[in-house]
Order: sequence, then structure tokens, then C-alpha cells
Amino acid sequence: MNIQFNDETFRDDYSFKNSQRAIDRFPFPFHEDSYMYSVNMEQHQGGPVDSVYEKRFDVDEHYVSEMRDREMVLADDPLRCQSLPHMTLAGWDLLELIMVSKSEDYPELFELHREGANWHWINKPLGIDDRFVFMDDTTLPYGPMEYITRQTQGDFCVLDQREENLWMDAGIVTTQADWSLDFDIGMNFFEWHAPVPLAHEKGIFKRALKFLLNIQQGAPARRLNWTMTVNPLLDTSPENYHKWGVQKMSLTPQNLAEKQYLRVELQTFFRLPRSNALVFPIRCYLMSFKDIVSKPKWGRRLHRVVRDIPEELATYKGFIDNRPMMLEFLSRYDDGLPTSFGVWPDSHTEPALIESTS
Amino acid sequence: MSTFNFPESIRSRPVYGTLQAQVGKSHLMIADAHGAEAVLEMAAKEPAMMAQSHIIYIPKGTQFGLQIQALKPAQYYEGPSYAAAVSRIKRVLSDAAMGLQIYLSGTEGLIGQAQYEVMQAGFDYTAIQTEHRGSVARRMQCVHCKGITEDVMIDPFQCSHCGLNLFVRDHYSRRLAAFQGVCIDAEEPGNVPLSVELYS
Repeated sequence: MNIQFNDETFRDDYSFKNSQRAIDRFPFPFHEDSYMYSVNMEQHQGGPVDSVYEKRFDVDEHYVSEMRDREMVLADDPLRCQSLPHMTLAGWDLLELIMVSKSEDYPELFELHREGANWHWINKPLGIDDRFVFMDDTTLPYGPMEYITRQTQGDFCVLDQREENLWMDAGIVTTQADWSLDFDIGMNFFEWHAPVPLAHEKGIFKRALKFLLNIQQGAPARRLNWTMTVNPLLDTSPENYHKWGVQKMSLTPQNLAEKQYLRVELQTFFRLPRSNALVFPIRCYLMSFKDIVSKPKWGRRLHRVVRDIPEELATYKGFIDNRPMMLEFLSRYDDGLPTSFGVWPDSHTEPALIESTS
Repeated sequence: MSTFNFPESIRSRPVYGTLQAQVGKSHLMIADAHGAEAVLEMAAKEPAMMAQSHIIYIPKGTQFGLQIQALKPAQYYEGPSYAAAVSRIKRVLSDAAMGLQIYLSGTEGLIGQAQYEVMQAGFDYTAIQTEHRGSVARRMQCVHCKGITEDVMIDPFQCSHCGLNLFVRDHYSRRLAAFQGVCIDAEEPGNVPLSVELYS
């Protein structure tokens, strides 16, 4: 497969766009016409050919531009990448996992040559060709976690496991859904999720933690999460909220189709071999409402989900004020026909939209 | 009465107990303002512990200093501010031997900051006795400029560093010993609700 990397921006002029291939493989998160929190875990052992689930770390057309955006965020605010002192070993575990996975899954893009502890890493899309000594921090320009995650799409939380809990003790977070690594670092699983409404009462976090504590080496898991973002802005951080929050007010019925994005997180979970830490990559996919409704099933379903979602969730996900405008647009793509079960667009079987005559 | 029943809140928000004398070789008590009352009450029940106690107290304008001294602790320090006391706290903790018991009482800012030092010294935060007394003011971190504003009593409040209007969250970081403040008028600049006293 030959990926054509986009030259695009996730800020200022927002030149980000999805190709037809990116639209076809978008991880639409709703398997039915309504939404409520659930643990919704499944094994992360591949998936349909060319889907975002196929490889361990999906590389897509946005790779090079996303890495450029990350570099800008880190230059502005180095606290977006932090690792408590006991997490360096987990950083090396993560570097190994990503280098091995990417060189095996995308041999035309990445190469890893190992002779004992002497490693040679080639990242062709980013033009990197580095030799270093595995487990020797002094041979890399950054700490091992930062080095490899500056070359990998998605945020990364590296969780230490102790006292039957998971602790957010390291991470790189530049494409987040409005949470602060700098504030949350050092917290346990229940504490960093504390602000999430409804899910604690439903026992979601207790069940999720139990599942995560038992993830074994070689048996990664995954789930999807989602929110809404105005403009294809990757860095929706609380740190910069006073700068980007106002963009939510720029939505109008005329520009909504192109400006309103569904933001989907592909969350994966891998046990790391030496540290017994758990790495939790959170990969962000953005798609405009305009591109979503190009799939009849997704258009119908998104309308129903946005319409019926409990107020607390719409508030927490930050789109309560814009919901009426979103519904006005989406309702035009919902003719009331039933939708098939599951997340896939079913483009060849799902009927086209019956245009309203009114 | 200087006690306050905090309403139930989210999982990251600290909860406090009532100081109870523990069996130990020595005792370190760090308190501010009305936190002195918690120390006095504990000492009244267990006067013998005072011979092995080191009390670090920051009055913040209250008048409990003489009463605390009258307990005749083995060591006593009265400081003008937490910042003035922290180097002594670090020094004492660096000498801490097995069997040291730690008690923190007073405002959330004092408890949080002292707890941070205790954790840095290698103690488990769950092994420390804490009791809230007195002011319910909060120590807040502005998530935008990272500046700390001490003794915040109203919500929203203005960041004492960058001047943004901040909403007082219950989300709390032990590492920063602070609650999180987030811009309240980011989406509609200038639309700031009238401030109300916390818990009012």
C-alpha cells in the first residue's frame, strides 16, 4: 500500500481534509441508533483489510502533518510530555513495541535493524535515520517515550500498575479531548476519570479497570470513544481552551456541514513486557458532518444519536449549545428508514437517502 | 465550631477524617489556623503523646499559638506562612525514622501542600491522618497560565496571575496540591456569571 501523505494544518487556516479512502475507513463509533457509556472492549488483533483496526498502530494520510502539529504543541508547552522518574523502563518498552510493530506492519515506511543492543531505526516519511543503544538514554535526543511518540500518531498514556490500580505516571498528550496531562499526572484510574458524569454510577470504571488490570502481553484490547469538535483542531486542550473555546460560537447553519467534526478516539491497550506497565494510545480521527452524511447509514444514525443523547453527556462533551443547529442539519439526512446493526457504513446494501419533498 | 461537612463530590476530590493519635515512636503535626483545634482535641485525649511530638503551626491570624505551646510538645515552631515553614518540614521529614506518625490539620491548602512533601519523602498518602478545620477556601491552579491562587473563596474567581475568569472545579491534583480552575467565558468572552461564595 502506498500512502500519499497530506500537507495540511490542524490550526489557523485548517487545511485538513479527508480523502475518499479516509472517509471509507473512518471509525464511526455508533453500532446502533443510540449511545450510552459502556466498557465496549474487544481484542485488538487486526481487523478488516485497510480498516483502522488492521495494524497495531495505524498510519494514515495525516501522519506527517500530525507529527508537525505535535512538534508545535510541544514547543509551545513542553509539559504536554511528562514521565515520572520510575517510568523510563516503560518508555523503552513502548519504543520497542512501536518500532517492532511499525517495521513489521509497514516495511516500506519503517525499518528496524537490531544487532544486540545496537539499534538502527529508519523512519522514511519523517526522514529520520538514527542509531542508538537500546536502554541507554544518553544515545537518544529525547527520553525513549518522547522520542518514539513524536513519530507516532495519537496521544499516549503510560500507566503504572500497582495496588490493584492504574496510575497515569507518564504520557504525551497533544490531541486530547479537553483534559490536562500536567494536572492529571500521578492520578489513579478513578481520579483521572473523576469529572466524567454518569459512568461512575453505572459501575463502568470499576468494570473497565478490572478488565485492564488483566490485559496480558501479546493480547492487546481496543475500544472507541468520541466527542464533537468545531474545526479540525487536534489540540483541544484545557490549557488552550481560552483560545479555542470561542470557535464553538463560529458555527452557523451555513458553515456547519464543513466546520462541525465528529472526533473519534481509537483507544488501544497493550501490556509492556519489562515494566508490566500498560500503554494506552488514544488515536484521534476527525471527520466533518459533510463527509459523515455521505454515508446514508451514518447520516441517519448520527442524527438519532445526537437527538437522543442525555443532556449531561451533551454538556460534558461540550456540544449542548450547538445541538439544535446540529440537529437541524442532520435531520435532513434522516428519512426514518431503519439502519443495519454495527458500525460499518454498508455502502453497498444501505439504501440511499429518500429526499424529503417538503 | 470550625468543622464543615463537605458535600459529596467526585472521586479526585480529597476527603478528610478526624485526627486520632496513633501508636508511634514520634509524632509530627502540621497545622494552620483552626487546624490547631484538631491538635488540641487529640492531645486532650492522649496527653502523653506530646513528649514525642513536633508541632509546626501557622496561625494565619488566629490566636491558638499559646494554647498549642501549653501542650508542651517536644519541639514547636510557629511560622508566618506555609512557604516559611516548608524548609523545616522537609528537614524534619528527611530525618524521619520508622514509626513516625504524621497528622495534618487546617485548611485544604495546608493539608494538600504538607501531604505533597510527606509523599515526596516516601510516605504513602493514605498513611497520613488529616482533618479539615476552619476556612473552606481553596488553593487553585489556573490550567491556562499554571499560576496558583491561594485561599479562593468565590466561584468564579479571577486568576491572580493571568487575570482570566476561572470556574472552580472539584477536580484535584495531589501532585500540585491544588484544585483546577478553567476559563468560564472562553466560549462567550465577557459572559461571566456573578461570583458566589463557595458552598453557598
